[in-house]
Order: sequence, then C-alpha cells, then structure tokens
Amino acid sequence: MSDITIKIKDREGNVHEVQAPTDMAMNLMEIVRSYELAPEGTIGVCGGMAMCASCQCYVTSDHVLPEMSYDEDLMLAEAFNVKDNSRLGCQIQMTEDLDGLEVELAPEI
Amino acid sequence: MIKTDILIIGAGPTGLFSVFEAGLLKLKCHLIDALPQPGGQCAEIYPKKPIYDIPAYPEVLAGDLVANLMKQIEPFEPGFTLGERAETIEKQNDGSFIVTTNRGTKHHAPVVAIAGGLGSFEPRKPQLDNITNFEDNGIEYIIRDPELYRNKKVAIAGGGDSALDWSIFLADVANEVTLIHRRNEFRGALDSVEKVESLKKTGKINLITPAEVTALQGNGKLESITIKQEGEEFNLELDHFIPLFGLSPKLGPIANWGLEIEKNAIKVDNTLDYQTNIPGIYAIGDVNTYPGKLKLILCGFHEATLMCQSAYKRIFPDKKYVMKYTTVSGVDGFDGSRKEAEKAVVKSIK
Repeated sequence: MSDITIKIKDREGNVHEVQAPTDMAMNLMEIVRSYELAPEGTIGVCGGMAMCASCQCYVTSDHVLPEMSYDEDLMLAEAFNVKDNSRLGCQIQMTEDLDGLEVELAPEI
Repeated sequence: MIKTDILIIGAGPTGLFSVFEAGLLKLKCHLIDALPQPGGQCAEIYPKKPIYDIPAYPEVLAGDLVANLMKQIEPFEPGFTLGERAETIEKQNDGSFIVTTNRGTKHHAPVVAIAGGLGSFEPRKPQLDNITNFEDNGIEYIIRDPELYRNKKVAIAGGGDSALDWSIFLADVANEVTLIHRRNEFRGALDSVEKVESLKKTGKINLITPAEVTALQGNGKLESITIKQEGEEFNLELDHFIPLFGLSPKLGPIANWGLEIEKNAIKVDNTLDYQTNIPGIYAIGDVNTYPGKLKLILCGFHEATLMCQSAYKRIFPDKKYVMKYTTVSGVDGFDGSRKEAEKAVVKSIK
C-alpha cells in the first residue's frame, strides 16, 4: 500500500498538495486535520459520523467516488452551501484509486 | 447569586464526572451549559451512537453514558444552569470568581473549571436575508419553553431528530404545525419518522417536502415565510418559524477571558493540574490543549480528577488530605446517602 497525492484547497483559497496514507483507514477529513489545513474545532466536529457536515468539501477532479451512504446524503440535505459536487470528507476513505484527487473545503458555518 | 465550590462550565461527560470527584472531597459543584440538557455532544449530537473506548465498557451508547454519569453524581446534588451561556468572568479581591451568563444569572465560586468541549453550541442559521431581524420575534433556533407555542401557528424546518421530535411534541401544543424539509426522507430515528407520518395522516402535522424556506416577511415581528416546493413558491402565514439545522460549537465569549488560547483550545499546565494561565481557572476535557493532548472522554475523566485535587488544595490550603479509594471509604452523598462495601461476616465451621 502506498501513499497517494491529494490536492486540497483550504477555506482561504490556498492549495496544498499532500501525501495521504492508504493503509491507516483514514478519511479525507482526517487528512485535512492531520495537515492542520483547517482550524481545530471547525472540521470533524462530530468526529466523523456524518452528523455535522463541518467537513463538507467540493470534489473538483473527475474521480469516481464511492456512492454516498444514506447518512451522508441526508446530512448534506440539511447542510448549507451544498453544490452538486458536495461530499462529506469524513465519508471519503483514502484508497489508491483516489490518487490525484482534488477537493475544496466548503465554507465554515 | 448561586454559590458553589467548583463552578463547572460545560455539562458534558468531563464536567459531569468532575462532580463525582469533587464530591469525594466534599466540594459542591454547579454546572452551566448552553444546551437545555446535560450531556454535551453525547446527548446533543450522538446519543444513540456506541462508544467503545470507555474503560471497562466494551460498548456503551453515548446517551447511556450520560445517564450513568448523572446517576453516579446524583448523591452530590449538583446544581445546573442550563440553556444559558457563560458570558463574563470577574475576579474578586479574594481570588474568587463571578461568572455571569447571557441571561444574567450570576454564579460565585473560588474555583472555575472550564469543561466546555469544542465550545458552546450555537445554532446553524439558514442563510436567509433579514433573518436576524426576526430572532426572538418569531424565529427561534432552540426551543426552551414549548408553552410559547401554545395555540400558535408554527413551522419547523429540518430533517433530523430535533425537527421530528419537536414537530411531534408541538402537534399537541400548537394550533398548527408545519414541517418543511428539503427531502422526502428524514435522518431521524425510524419511530419518529413513523410518528410524523401518522400525525400527517390525521392532519396534526402539515408536512411540506421536498421544499425549503426561501424568504421571510414581517414588520418587526415575523408574519409569514415563503416556501419553495418543486419550483413553485407560496407563502405561509405563521406566528413562529423554528429552523432546526443542528448546532455548531464555538469557543465564544470564553476566548475573551484573558486565557491563553492555542488552536481554538485553552492552554493548561498538564504537568500538574490542568490550571490555565489564570490561577483558579482550570480547563479540562476537549477544551484544553497541551503537548500530546488527546480529545478523548477517558482523558477528560483523568483531567477532571486531578483538577479536583488541585481545587481542594486551593480552597483549603492548610487542610491535610490524602486521596482515598472509594472501595475503602465508600461514597457519602450530600443527600445523606451512603454507599459502602459490605462488611465481612464471621463464617465459622463447627
């Protein structure tokens, strides 16, 4: 299992190219936190249970992501600033086929 | 003025467990929390979710953890100021503190322990023009007193448990209840969804889905809302609109108390007692930070225990004390109750 490269645009518009391990059961929200790309307490508030939408992001590359779970879909139905390419970072597991993924963090609410 | 020994800000697991550890030292606690019920995130966000890393509990639901903590601290008769946010702190000449909430309730204590988690929960407000004009004038984000809605026309927006539960509750209180949600599907518990469905059939709840509120009208006081459903817009006259889109934690006024803040958390001395840069103010649980900090409930319990020992020494600097084991000394409640190990009985063989 190797690391993959991901491009993350933070809430200030800065783009960060980071390495994400694929063998630590990490999700995108946790990658953002591990690189401190959003202030603590403003992302992953619920811990990653798809229950708060603080990790909402927009997927800007054309990767095919795993289908949304019922929980994620309904949480996004209650979130703000939702777009067609919105996903919850906590529900995107880091896997090798996501190498080159590009995302943008949604504004903080 | 509410007087206590340790004033705890935040009634989550760490704050609640502090009451027990303080009680063993015969110190009385009072808790302030912005939420209307104790339990913090465990009660508000994920009461039905299991936690697997509480020592000796292979699995416990967050809501049950809170219920058990409430039972454990009951003998120590904690006081609660709920649904109010700690706003200001004033240090007195004798080193004690007065903490005042946003509703003006004053609390006086020699020790303050901030167990505020990620901060006080603030409602997530829908992005509607002029929404702030109607706050407390027809728009409420948290239901504090259901009686406010008796015989009124009420609309609730949202798709989670609180939107469902309050729609069900208010169906018997209000004159008219409308529930608006962007989807036909709801995120809340299945039995709540089924209850709403049956109340819809009997005409007790007016369900409008998939739809969203797009505008607010009124003159000083909210009079109607505009609802957009499948491209069509129409107005609904009402007395109250309650958007329930969840809560998001903000450190809030505590950030202005002169405490050293780092990464949205309060810096403490973890080598000793989790005291902040202001003597007499401690920070425990998820709200604090120090090298190696982990935001875990079990770490919060440890921090609460050490904080209480230090608070005791601060309140009674000259009084001798050694830590005691509950198995040996039992638990003496302030309510006169006593728990203790069974005494040995003499068993003789003749």
